[in-house]
Amino acid sequence: MTNYENKIVYDVKGLNLWYGNDQALKDINIKINKNEVTAIIGPSGCGKSTFIKTLNRMIENIPGVRTTGEIMYHGINIFDKTMRVEELRTRVGMVFQKPNPFPKSIYENVLYGPKIHGVKDKQMLQEILETSLKSAALWDEVKDRLHDNAYGLSGGQQQRLCIARALAVQPDVILMDEPTSALDPIATAKIEELIDSLKSDYSISIVTHSMQQAGRISDKTAFFLMGELVEFGNTEMIFSNPRDKRTEDYITGRFG
Amino acid sequence: MSSDEKVYELDYNKMNNQKSQTNNEKNERKSVHIDQKRIDRRILINQISGKVFFSSTLFALLVLSILLYRIFSQSIGWLDLHFLTSKLSIFPEKAGIYGVIIGSLGLMAVVIPVTLVLGVSTAIYLEEYAGKSRVQNLIKVNISNLASVPSVIFGLLGLALFGRFFKLGSSILAGGLTLSLLVLPIVVVSSQEALKAVPGFLREASYAMGASKWTTIRKVVLPVAIPGILTGAILSISRAIGETAPLVVLGIPALLLKVPTNLMDDFTALPIQIYYWTLDTVLTPEYANLAAATIVVLLITLFLMNSIAIIIRNKSQKGF
Repeated sequence: MTNYENKIVYDVKGLNLWYGNDQALKDINIKINKNEVTAIIGPSGCGKSTFIKTLNRMIENIPGVRTTGEIMYHGINIFDKTMRVEELRTRVGMVFQKPNPFPKSIYENVLYGPKIHGVKDKQMLQEILETSLKSAALWDEVKDRLHDNAYGLSGGQQQRLCIARALAVQPDVILMDEPTSALDPIATAKIEELIDSLKSDYSISIVTHSMQQAGRISDKTAFFLMGELVEFGNTEMIFSNPRDKRTEDYITGRFG
Repeated sequence: MSSDEKVYELDYNKMNNQKSQTNNEKNERKSVHIDQKRIDRRILINQISGKVFFSSTLFALLVLSILLYRIFSQSIGWLDLHFLTSKLSIFPEKAGIYGVIIGSLGLMAVVIPVTLVLGVSTAIYLEEYAGKSRVQNLIKVNISNLASVPSVIFGLLGLALFGRFFKLGSSILAGGLTLSLLVLPIVVVSSQEALKAVPGFLREASYAMGASKWTTIRKVVLPVAIPGILTGAILSISRAIGETAPLVVLGIPALLLKVPTNLMDDFTALPIQIYYWTLDTVLTPEYANLAAATIVVLLITLFLMNSIAIIIRNKSQKGF
């Protein structure tokens, strides 16, 4: 029924969002493609985090949020009554700004998702563990201490663990909300490398404060300002030849 | 012309700087002088306040040590194996508190599961499921208020509801349920605090994996919150074990020779027995010694329970 081979993963049509009476997103229209990295940039408070959290409906955990419009995920509106939010989030993983592993072992962290979705077979769990940690480029660093508490890892390792944890449920899309803002440059470089290698298997949307980062890792870039999507297009185009004056001002550092 | 202007400007700046420097120096000297006096005063006040707080602590310790001394000295010679393993009797030399201890254990057997199940479930509902509407807030405030209702009133409620309406009389079950009602609000509030203390980003992480609310609570929230919940629960249960008033209202017999064998039997508990023995010391002075010995047993029980709570709390602090 759902065709995951679609070229377009997300087709957002006329999305509006309010926190109480404050409108945070205004008439957003955007298409997010399969196997591409889409960077979302903009100054603080422009709605970029709000937007990415709407894509897996995490935004609904905040009281007083209202939305109108449609977000078609592989042709199905995610706000539809028939769309169960648990199912959507299994298909759409998320990595947060601050590394947020559970206070459990590395093993338990990675296998949290598969276990709650009913995978019981030990061998299969072991396989998922290994492939997820390898995909997150963490396997070599933790393979000898899988049963140690995840809080013993460094910040960068914790963030890669969170990526491994998201990969373990075999999602289709990975949403990243400023995943490197709490990390040092070396850890950041590792995560960026990782994002590049994940592109062939996953569609990635990443919110970032760093325009250099957007330039380095993304195929498409969306520029948000005051809740509006000002410009969306190929990253090269946006950074070399922006059509909108506001985009140009932002990327040349005139504000923001 | 323009170069002249510059020179002038520079000189002017220099002068300004020098002026402000000398000003600063004067100010500094002055302020150093004032500070010296103030610091002396502050140190003095600090020393005095330290002593005031110490004497307050000393007062509490003094009262406690007098109490403990009186109790322990009165219980010497009475608190022995015979006292712990014999049944009650009107003759002080024969009397033992075996049946009383069984009664208190029976109460615990009712209070612990009832308060844990009802208290923690209520806290989970209020903290995780209930919204932030006005009605919900009213419920939350009222539960906090219930925690400060005097225990004798809960005794009356227990008498009317469990004793009379459900015809449980003055059985262990009736007493246990009454004490559960008494400490439930405290368990609910302390469990709510423990749940609140679980960081939101852990819940977010679980939701983002497609976990339902209950899965998140069971797998992520509760494991982190359980030490806090248990600490609160143990402290409230130890309060229940030491309560007298609600049980007096419920009509516990003054002298119960039978040892209770099941939850429907009549019973007597440690604090009640202390109360009745103390009442009768005018007629039989040795009852005071029996009461003292019982107090020692009760104090040791409470001390052990509170120690367990502290150990759990310390362990949980190391873990996370």
